[in-house]
Amino acid sequence: MARIDFGLWDPRSEMERFFSGFRRATSESSPPMNIFTSEEGVVITSEMSGIDPEKIELSVVNDKLTIEGIKPVIELKEGESWHRRERGYGKFHRKVRLPFSVEGDKVEATYENGILKVSLPRAEADKPRKISVKMAE
Amino acid sequence: MTDEAKTIQPQKTQMQDAAATERTKDRRTYIPRVDIYEDDQNNLRILADMPGANEKSVSITLEQDVLTIEASVDNVEFSGHTLSYAEYGVGDYYRAFTLSEKIDREKIEARMKNGVLSILLPKAEPHKTRKIKIQAG
Repeated sequence: MARIDFGLWDPRSEMERFFSGFRRATSESSPPMNIFTSEEGVVITSEMSGIDPEKIELSVVNDKLTIEGIKPVIELKEGESWHRRERGYGKFHRKVRLPFSVEGDKVEATYENGILKVSLPRAEADKPRKISVKMAE
Repeated sequence: MTDEAKTIQPQKTQMQDAAATERTKDRRTYIPRVDIYEDDQNNLRILADMPGANEKSVSITLEQDVLTIEASVDNVEFSGHTLSYAEYGVGDYYRAFTLSEKIDREKIEARMKNGVLSILLPKAEPHKTRKIKIQAG
């Protein structure tokens, strides 16, 4: 049987469509992110080991989240020498546009074991509302 | 040196199964990125980026001259949320190094902070040359 598309709003596909264009906007120089979504909000986790949590700056304006920070560089003293150098260092800056506006005061962020976790609850005003249809007289 | 590094957080590299052995757990395993340097006392210092791992989940072993670093990392889930966009995978860590220098095993130190493992491998005192007397008769 043919599937009939009623054109209903599907948060899942909406989200997928939204994030599908996301990869291109990211540069290799930023810490990688994973994004978890629900109808109530978004949780973002990002791998950024070895960063002083006080040096991580987060800001949220409407539907835009900005994460900035710095990973300290190891400077060798005299008499010391490198064998391998694979870890990155330096400043990073990342802007993410969320699929909805966020309740700015309710954003929470923690940094544990080198992973930043930001929970961003969806703004009440932005949540889909149920509109009851009244019977015509 | 500029602050702006080309690669702040290089993408994690997934382990390819070694020809000889396979891990029993069917989990993704990543190779932690490391910085290794020799300090002015000729001690070897290793820093490994292992976001998601902590002091309880990491194990370090030194057998003969092979130093092995392992860590298990739990999956991250948030109730009611689905992972809708992923830039990094979550899995265990594994990496082994052959040390060319003799290490003083008793004095190895390791600590874990913000997802970074640091290991100090002090160089063993050179063995004193022992003269062996040859007795006559």
